[in-house]
Amino acid sequence: MRRFLLERIWPRFHPGGAARYDDAAVLAAFSGQVVLATDSFVVTPLFFPGGDIGRLAVCGTVNDLVVRGATPRYLSLALIIEEGLPLSTLDAVLDSIAAAADECGVAIATGDTKVVPRGVADGLFINTAGIGEAIDPLPPGPSAIRPGDCLIISGPVGQHGIAVLGAREQLGFDPPPRSDCAPLTPAVSALRAQRIVPRAVRDATRGGVAAVLHEWAEECRLTLVIDESRVPVSSDVRGACELLGLDPLHLSNEGTMVIAVAGDSAEAALQAMRSTQIARHAQIIGAARPLGVAPVIVRRALGREQPLDDPQGAPLPRIC
Amino acid sequence: MKYVDEFRDPHLAERLVRRIHAIATRRWTIMEVCGGQTHSLLRHGIDEALADVIELLHGPGCPVCVTSAAAIDHAIELSLREQLLLCCFGDMFRVPGGNCSLSAARAQGGNVRAVYSPLDAVRIAARDPSREVVMFAVGFETTAPATALAVRQARQLGLRNFSLLVAHVRVQPAMEAILQDPNNRVAGFLAAGHVCTVVGYESYVAFCQRFRVPVVVTGFEPVDLLAGLLECVAQLERGECEARNCYERSARADGNLHAQAILNEVYEPCDLEWRGLGVVPRGGLRLREAWREFDAAIRWPRRTLPVIESSRCRSGEVLTGQLRAVDCEEFGRRCTPESPLGAPMVSSEGACAAYYRYHGASTSAAP
Repeated sequence: MRRFLLERIWPRFHPGGAARYDDAAVLAAFSGQVVLATDSFVVTPLFFPGGDIGRLAVCGTVNDLVVRGATPRYLSLALIIEEGLPLSTLDAVLDSIAAAADECGVAIATGDTKVVPRGVADGLFINTAGIGEAIDPLPPGPSAIRPGDCLIISGPVGQHGIAVLGAREQLGFDPPPRSDCAPLTPAVSALRAQRIVPRAVRDATRGGVAAVLHEWAEECRLTLVIDESRVPVSSDVRGACELLGLDPLHLSNEGTMVIAVAGDSAEAALQAMRSTQIARHAQIIGAARPLGVAPVIVRRALGREQPLDDPQGAPLPRIC
Repeated sequence: MKYVDEFRDPHLAERLVRRIHAIATRRWTIMEVCGGQTHSLLRHGIDEALADVIELLHGPGCPVCVTSAAAIDHAIELSLREQLLLCCFGDMFRVPGGNCSLSAARAQGGNVRAVYSPLDAVRIAARDPSREVVMFAVGFETTAPATALAVRQARQLGLRNFSLLVAHVRVQPAMEAILQDPNNRVAGFLAAGHVCTVVGYESYVAFCQRFRVPVVVTGFEPVDLLAGLLECVAQLERGECEARNCYERSARADGNLHAQAILNEVYEPCDLEWRGLGVVPRGGLRLREAWREFDAAIRWPRRTLPVIESSRCRSGEVLTGQLRAVDCEEFGRRCTPESPLGAPMVSSEGACAAYYRYHGASTSAAP
């Protein structure tokens, strides 16, 4: 195992640095508050159009920190490897992790590796925990949402969910839909640069936009209404959803976020986000209003308002 | 998106709604039989838009809802056998049988896998001859040709480890059963567009003459549904009872002959118990004699006794249009999609689930 670490893992994340066997990393202190996030990644297949489990493991935790209002600094990386996983596969994942960490500006500070018997880990499971430095002022959170606040989505929805489903079930879409897996840092920074402090920011991962809205509605005890026709959906995701009977609002995303902002800041927030590559297709999709018949409502194509389901667990693919 | 957007055009939909209002001189009771149509009608608010001129009854068009609890229990029992994999369509997972669901069985160690096509189950069997693979063959005539193709393929490949647990249902006998009920109020039908795409609608000609009701083959998008409803109301106003097609881009009078040939080669009609409705004469399909070696119910007869179904679920009344889902005293109370008392609340095509999703959880029944 020591040799394994020395030869395969450590040099990727510390090129040219002295090899160390410490289980813990000593980090420089921050002047501000510390923000901590963790996530585990069990996606199948390990590689899919637009990403892989490694890239996901980095961007997923980075985004958790970024939407909370922190600058991500360090990640820990824990690998649970199924016996028999080809070393070439592991190498490819590690390369992807290194590239993603570079892109996100984070250092892999420490980690752990376990090997488990065949059949126990579906190839590879990864956990990352991330530490970031809070940048004041932090978004206060969904309990601060008020009637009249606007909801903005940063880009087209359902990309990741369909990409993984298509790859896993070999549905044969041509061209294969690609995951949106990417760091949201530029979009959040653009808001900060304009001194816009959203009430709440959340990346729409498992359960999609619907899950985020339900969580928020529960916190702020208002009704959140969105207009289905304003939610951007790419034609390949839309086609896949029509075919499979899925609602894009329930599908997972890994590089798309929802924000809630005060009504009078909405236009400025939209323009700030649209100035970035990752959020160039941002749209205002809805607003908060006093609590009515249902916590989350979607205005459908023929003008009718309906409650939007809180997503149930099964049978969605494992997405992260 | 072609073939979708045109049929969701809100202006066209609005015009059709106005037209229906213009020609109706009274309120008519019309039933659609396909669960997919039920959901689309509610999702697009067509039920509300036409409430003053059409009372929409929702028929037993959700195959997942009408599959007997006994069949589901048998599937669960098979999934718990060693070295056996049960394949089924995803929407069967959460439907409760007499006791629990396939999803719950999987959590207890049952071997269940969702497939998009019965041919995937054949592929799995071909890849692993050491394991038995059973396809839970649920669905109307829309799905049956695919499961028939699956056993044909299994025979061609010489597979000994593939079989079907057949629970297919036929639409028209159920419609006859509804019309023969003394409490029947249905004046006209929207026929299931995709079933008719397979079996055609010539058989409805005699049906219409016998029962004196119009039957209109209808699609699933809002404009399709409104066009079908308009035709149905127009016939009712004129006192006509004809079989007409408002889904011409998909359904033909003689249907898909190739699919029918496969279906008839492998299956024959039989009497079958529909969940909530009782036995429907010729309401099901079973494997023909020559294909019985692929019958999972014969290979592995049920070992446990059937469970008596809870009487709190009134699915039979809901599925025959005699009880509105929201009028059921359990609706939204003890019966929700997370903890359903019966199939129509959990199935993606069930009438109760449709009302819950598109109208909210409040029941109109007194506590």
